[in-house]
This record gives sequence, structure tokens and C-alpha cells, in this order.
Amino acid sequence: MKYSGKKYVKEELLPFFWCSGCGNGIIFAALIRAMEENNLEKKDIVAVTGIGCWGKADDYLKTHAFHGTHGRAIAVATGIKLANPLLHIFALVGDGDGATIGGNHLIHAARRNIDIITIMSNNLNYGMTGGQYSGTTPFDSITSTSRRGHAEDAFDISNLVKSAGAGYVARCTIDNPRMIQRFISKAIKKERGFRFIEVINICPTYFGRYNKFNNAVEMIKDIKERTVNIKDIEREGQEDLDGKIVVGEYIDKKVEGFLERYWGKIRNNA
Amino acid sequence: MICNKKGRHFMQGNIAVGEAAIISGARFFAGYPITPSSEIAEHASLNLPIAGGTFIQMEDEIGSLAAVIGASMAGVKAYTATSGPGLSLMNENIGLACMVEAPCVIVSVQRAGPSTGLATKPAQGDFYQFRYGTHGDHMIIALSPASVQECFDLTIKAFNFSERFRCPVFLALDAIIAKMYETVDIPGSDEIEILNRKIASTSDKDYLPYKPDENGVPLFVPFGSSLITRANSSGHGIDGYPCADDKNHDRLVRRLIDKIDRYKEEIALFKEFNISDVEILIISYGCSTRPALAAMKKARKKGIKAGVLQLQTLWPFPEAIVKSAVSQAKLILVPELSLGQLKSEITKYCPKKTVIGINKLGGTTIQPDDILAFLSKEIEL
Ligand SMILES: Cc1ncc(C[n+]2csc(CCOP(=O)(O)OP(=O)(O)O)c2C)c(N)n1
Ligand code: SF4
Repeated sequence: MKYSGKKYVKEELLPFFWCSGCGNGIIFAALIRAMEENNLEKKDIVAVTGIGCWGKADDYLKTHAFHGTHGRAIAVATGIKLANPLLHIFALVGDGDGATIGGNHLIHAARRNIDIITIMSNNLNYGMTGGQYSGTTPFDSITSTSRRGHAEDAFDISNLVKSAGAGYVARCTIDNPRMIQRFISKAIKKERGFRFIEVINICPTYFGRYNKFNNAVEMIKDIKERTVNIKDIEREGQEDLDGKIVVGEYIDKKVEGFLERYWGKIRNNA
Repeated sequence: MICNKKGRHFMQGNIAVGEAAIISGARFFAGYPITPSSEIAEHASLNLPIAGGTFIQMEDEIGSLAAVIGASMAGVKAYTATSGPGLSLMNENIGLACMVEAPCVIVSVQRAGPSTGLATKPAQGDFYQFRYGTHGDHMIIALSPASVQECFDLTIKAFNFSERFRCPVFLALDAIIAKMYETVDIPGSDEIEILNRKIASTSDKDYLPYKPDENGVPLFVPFGSSLITRANSSGHGIDGYPCADDKNHDRLVRRLIDKIDRYKEEIALFKEFNISDVEILIISYGCSTRPALAAMKKARKKGIKAGVLQLQTLWPFPEAIVKSAVSQAKLILVPELSLGQLKSEITKYCPKKTVIGINKLGGTTIQPDDILAFLSKEIEL
């Protein structure tokens, strides 16, 4: 399939404001392709963002958009979806936005299986505000607020969302745009429940510099070397996963979703 | 369950709010339980599904207001209910509602603070929080009922104002009025004026989400429309895309204030009692109104020319009403379950008058005699 993206992308606002080497453009392109692949109408799409570098993705869209407050995209998206169940809602969140300040909304949306898609750019730090640590910053890494090393452990965010009850959870990395597109596309087709795609991203400007990566290419290489596919683990048995990035579908189960329960049962029986 | 039944009913203030919300056309509630407001959530959970609406109990008040704003921008009238601690959590998103111009009603039942305070006891200490809780220059509307009937009537007005001005409107209750049971007359639906936000025509090919109409309010387009719309918490141009230009920000923020401010006389709702010859004026709102009226009656019997101005609109502050009511008064008394928040606002508009606050904390009530005691002290002087 040939993609143009014209239907969705506000071309006159390009180039992106993101730093050169930033992975956000790759996630953005994969998202647009998944929309195009599924032939979504732009009137049926709402991109909901909070605040952060990835949270500026809606600036380049011609779809409906809600650019709200830091950490609250999933809660805003919940209200939009419940008010108009026909819409495709994409909450585009960073690891700070979605897993740290907004972590409570994330786990509860997963538990409720609110029928939205959340795409998290996990670049292991707060890019927008200068590279401070987030809830997904790995132990011992350097960030602008862990200058002498990081004392905390990171969330394994995909496993967290899975155990909270989400119907679909997948992790992929920035060096495999086709996989990102495939997971988003699958999430669109599933239609129901809380669908969560975590993209392991790079922030060469902050996380990269603080942790002695010379450039984006080195960071991507590092991701590549550490990536293992969940299917290989299943086939070949558990290996030592310390420091590894496990990509693939963490869960893909049939769920009713909040709307089916609320509209189909509670409202019909009221 | 009473839901939408014309006639005379005996009900709680909180329930009257819930009934009026559904009659106003509200079909979405998101909230987090807190005393003394929880009956509003419970009522919504019971009644919204029948009305074809949706209730959700969110994980906190921050998410509650976020969801309400989201639902509103998708074209559904939405409300939430809370009390001081929850209102404090909502503050950031109150600014969001102002900025994206999301019509919504925030019911907040005042209880004794600060912090957890006296959770079940009444207070009037959030007067300034309603107005200034969120950061940045902005304007909101706040209405405050003094009876269960007014809970019903002002909820209808609150939704109407929020739709007309596309702004958050507070219904500022207190634990006395919210928890009180009284009779309420619910008019037939044909007798109640319900306003809806102005929607852009889908044939308007030049539609811009933040282009103001002649009243300073942009035409609304819900998410899902063939016209595309954007809501933006960041500084934005009339197209809804980000804009950090200084002049644009100045214009935007001034418009958000002016669209409400220029109609403040219409928004100013109040009741006057014995004002024409008033010498001693008692200014009240919410739960301080009844003791004010009782004190006025007793004083009148003694030949004292006492009168009451009851403010139903707290914000934008009804300065013209206050200025005119105080003009011939020799003494102004302001009974309040706070240390003088309303009083300090009144003083701004009549710096030359004697304004005395009758202030109580402790989560108790103001008694008519508390007011009379001040009155006779002043009269003897
Ligand atoms: C309530 C609030 N607190 C703090 C901020 C400042 N802030 C803006 S973006 C951000 C972090 C962004 O990090 P992330 O969500 O990981 O996105 P990224 O920029 O890395 O894409 C912070 C702390 C804010 N805007 N609002
Ligand atoms: S600061 Fe980091 S996340 Fe933000 S645009 Fe630059 S590289 Fe990307």
C-alpha cells in the first residue's frame, strides 16, 4: 500500500518542532499510516494530548484534537468517548504525561477498559522540560534531576497496564516503524476496550547526552541490540531479560469494554 | 427517584440540583465522592442511565473535571459535584475549561476548611476560591442558592449561562442548603427556559473554532462533526492551533474575560427585602440568608429600618447591585461562615461606608440573634 498521509497531516505546519534525531516523527508517521490503512475519516478521529514533546503531535493533524493539561489526556479522552462512542480516540502521551503525573488515569482506564487507544512515547525522561527523570527512567541512569545517578526503579509500563486489565497491550521500538504501525492498526481494528501501545523512543537531546550516547544512531543501535521478541521468549524459553526490551503483544484478549457494558447493559436495563 | 416530574416535591438540596441538571439537558456526570455533595453523584448514577446519559465515578477530581470537559467538547452537557478538597484538585482544569471554552457546571458544596477541616459541617470559606482558584487571568460565573427551590432554579440558570458564555459555571452551595429538605415546585418542561450553545452550520466552510461571534463567544462544533474543531489549553489562534504571539495572547485572554464581563448586569441575580427605606443593610448569600431575614423581621418590629440584599450571583461580583443597595444605608452587616471574604469584596465598592462582618467558624450556623446583637450594639452607639 502506498501512503500519502495528506488526509490527516497539516503539511503547512511542517517541519516538526522536534529535535533532529528525535523518534517522535517515526511514531507520528506510523500512526498516520495506520489511520490511512484503516481508512479512518478525519471527522471520526480525535487526537487527545497532554503536555510534552510527544504531546505536540496533535499540532500536525487535521483531525479533531484536544490539547489539554499535563497528565490528563486519558481522562479527557474518557469523557469524549463516553459522550460520542462512534469516535476513534487516540490519547498520545509521553511517559511523564501518561505513566507518571497521569499514571492513576492510565491504570484506571485500563481497569475499566475505556474504549480508547493510547500511544505512549516512552523516551525514559521528560523531554519537554529539559530531561528530568520520569516513572520509566531506568535505575542508575543520569537525567537532569538524577545528576548523580538514579535511585529508583522504573515501571514496566506494558506489564502494569496489562495487569490493570487492558484488553490489548503491545510494546515496540522506534527502530521498527512497521511494527508500530501494525500494532496501532490492530488496536484500531479491535474497536473495543482499552488498547495500549508503548513505543520505546529515544530522546537524544537529553537522555542521550546525559547517558553518553554520541548521537541518535548510537541510541537506536543500543535499542536494537537489547530488543527481544516476546514470541522468541515463548518459543525458546526464558532467558535472562535484565536490560532487555521485550517487544510484542503482551495481551490481546476479547473484552466487552466500558461502553458495551454501560450502554448495552446498564442503560438498556435502567 | 423523582426525575423530571412536574409538581410539588419534598426533596434535598443536592437532589434538586440533580433533578434540574437532567431537566437542563445534562447527560454526562463524572465525579469523585465527597461529603456533603455525594447525593448529587448518587442521583446521577441512578437517573442519568434512564435519561440516556452516562455516569462515571472517576479516580479523582482532576480526572472528573477532565472527563466533564471532554464530554462537553463532544457536544454533551456535563457536570460534576464536589466540595472544597475536591475543588482544590480541580483548579488546574478549571483554567482548562476557561481556555478551551467548554461549557460545564461545577457544583461545589462548601464545608469547613482548610484541608479536610470539618467534613460534614457547613462553611462559606470558598468564596474567593471559586473566583481565583485557577491560575492566570480569567473569568468564571458563580451562583449560590439559599433554599432548595433556588437549588433547582439556579442549577437551570447555571447550565444556561455555561451554554451561553461557553465557560465553567459554579453552583456554590454550602452544607446547610445542600443537605436541607424543603418543598420544591418543579415547573413543566415547557415552562422552563433551556439554552443551548450556538452551533456552527456544517455548511460554514470557513469555520474557525475560536473565532468569536458578536458577543465574543465562538460558535461551537462538537468532536465528530464534518467541520473539524480543536480544543487547545495552550495559547492559540482563532484556528485553535498554538500561537505564542504576544498580541494574540493579550487578545485571547481579554476576550475570555470580556465575553462574561460585558454581560455582568444580566448575570447578576439577587433578591432584595425591605430595601426602599433601608438604613441597616444585611448582605447575605446561601446559608446566611435565612438568619439575615429573621434578624431583619425582628429589627423591623422594633422600628429599625433593616433590609436584606441576598446575592444569588457571587461572580462576576454584582458590584452595581451592591453599590445601589448600600447607597442610602448607614450601616452594612455581612454575616458569613468565614472570616469575612464576602465582606472584603463588598468593602471594595463602598469604601466610605461602615461594613461590619459577623463571622463564625466552627461549622455551626449563624443565628438571627448573632446579627441582632451587632445591630443593637451599633444602634445604641
Ligand atoms: C501540572 C504540570 N506540571 C508540570 C508541567 C511541566 N511539564 C510539561 S511537559 C512535562 C514532562 C513531559 O515529559 P513526557 O510526558 O515524558 O513527554 P516528552 O516531552 O518526553 O515527550 C512537564 C513536567 C506542566 N506542564 N504541568
Ligand atoms: S527534547 Fe527529546 S523528546 Fe523532545 S523533541 Fe528533543 S529529542 Fe525529542
